[in-house]
Amino acid sequence: MIFTIAGKELKALFASPLAWVVLTGMQFIIGYGFLKRLDDFLQIQPQLSQMPSPPGVTELVAAPTFATVAAVLLFAVPLLAMRLIAEEYRNQTMVLLMSAPLSITEIVLGKFLGLIAFLLLIIGLTALMPLSLAGGTRLDYGLLLSLVAGLVLLAASFAAVSLYVSCLTAHPMVAALGAFGVLLAMLLMGETAGDSLRARGWHVPAALAQVLSPVKNFEPFGKGLIDTYALACSLLLTIVFLALAIRQLDAKRLRG
Amino acid sequence: MADQEAVTTLSARGLTRNFGAHTAVRGINLELRRGEVVGLLGPNGAGKTTTMQMLTGNLAPTAGTISICGIDLLDHPAAAKARIGYLPETPPLYRELNVDEYLTLAARLHRIPKARRREAVDGAKQRCGLAGVGGKLIGALSKGFQQRVGIAQAIVHGPDVVVLDEPTVGLDPNQIREIRSLIRELGGKHSVILSTHILPEVEAVCDRVQIMHHGNLVYSDTISALKDFQSGHTVVLGLRRPPAMDELAALPGVATAEGISETLFRLQLTGDGDSVDALVKQSAGKDWGLYRLSPAQTSLEDVFVNLTRREEK
Repeated sequence: MIFTIAGKELKALFASPLAWVVLTGMQFIIGYGFLKRLDDFLQIQPQLSQMPSPPGVTELVAAPTFATVAAVLLFAVPLLAMRLIAEEYRNQTMVLLMSAPLSITEIVLGKFLGLIAFLLLIIGLTALMPLSLAGGTRLDYGLLLSLVAGLVLLAASFAAVSLYVSCLTAHPMVAALGAFGVLLAMLLMGETAGDSLRARGWHVPAALAQVLSPVKNFEPFGKGLIDTYALACSLLLTIVFLALAIRQLDAKRLRG
Repeated sequence: MADQEAVTTLSARGLTRNFGAHTAVRGINLELRRGEVVGLLGPNGAGKTTTMQMLTGNLAPTAGTISICGIDLLDHPAAAKARIGYLPETPPLYRELNVDEYLTLAARLHRIPKARRREAVDGAKQRCGLAGVGGKLIGALSKGFQQRVGIAQAIVHGPDVVVLDEPTVGLDPNQIREIRSLIRELGGKHSVILSTHILPEVEAVCDRVQIMHHGNLVYSDTISALKDFQSGHTVVLGLRRPPAMDELAALPGVATAEGISETLFRLQLTGDGDSVDALVKQSAGKDWGLYRLSPAQTSLEDVFVNLTRREEK
């Protein structure tokens, strides 16, 4: 049943021009960034070869490309997620889902999975770029896998936050701006709060502040480090916001 | 006993809903039997939509219980909702899907197994007169067809109870007739509860009527009883050369008389058919120039005035 809703969301995404615009735009940005870095890499390669253990193409080209995707997702996910719930309320189609024999958890998870499937497509297309070099050079598949994992976790936390904000309003545009604002605030707060708390020697609050910073959690993955703490933080953030979304929809049923 | 349970498809007891300090629905009892069409009648803001939202699990009641075919809606929402079809005031349509895709989605959401899905969709389409438009985008359909898609969505899973909220609002007279005959047809297999504020609509399609006013259920009986109740033997009398009003009111069998215009009068009769006969004889004998004698069309408003008056007494 969750997959029925996920499928419906995917279909709705591809029925709107937004999905295609986002896909095209992202491919353009990522493709440009990738080729530019590849070009730079080829120019400095002679110097690199003189180093005792030189960084490889995966580290110098793929890792920054994935970091670009992370930044672009900050804008793209709120746009893609805005209509998930808000539009259902605006068009009064939520009734169809609420009257069907589904739990609210199924509705929320279905919508979340639909969005994640679309984001996985973006991540997959991104991963194809460094993979296209596989014929000509040796890639660091471990690092590539870690980058993909980090980006999936990042996308999941962004999606959960944006989905929750979409439950708060019946105006998709407000949902998009709100989600973007919340994500940006989390990014800044997680960074600054984490650092300043650590500077004062408050390590436990600093560690907790990391939960709120999806981008900070992405950092170790960007270095090829599968950091279980960062992984746990990302999952926790995702689960908390999905639970909040479920609660919010349930409260709407109770409050009317 | 089991038979008894199967016959009653929907039963709501003491249904109450507050919005803050405002009580939208106050302690309503509803019962629906298989093969019955019940009209929920009331002016705007009487609490009809709120009641229907509660019956379909879209809104949690503040107090009261709802059971669908003996399954408690609040304890087992999924099992109960599988037996309800709901068409809200605004049909919940995805404009970017075509009719077939949409109905298939509705069937999947109602957990119809894949093997029977196609058959269910085709059946619903055929019953709602949508056979020719399966491939059309819902957004491109006319309002009447969109309403039919809404109804098809509500019956695609063969529910025991069909809840329709103002199903004919915004349609042209021909479409209204078609939707009404469709509702009558639905009443054969399912139990239907529909809300409206149009009195003739209830007369045309319903077996029983429940009237709501300010969140209360003020009247519940069969259609024929309602007709007797509302008309109360009121006639409109047109006389070219009318006598004084007092003279009319004093006629045998006339309870009250009031003037609508100079030559038109509304008379409330006390007795049976004889008083009409007496009226005609009087008029002919005294040369009042009778040109019209018709049963008064009681408006919904009058029914409410009557009912609320009766409540106060």
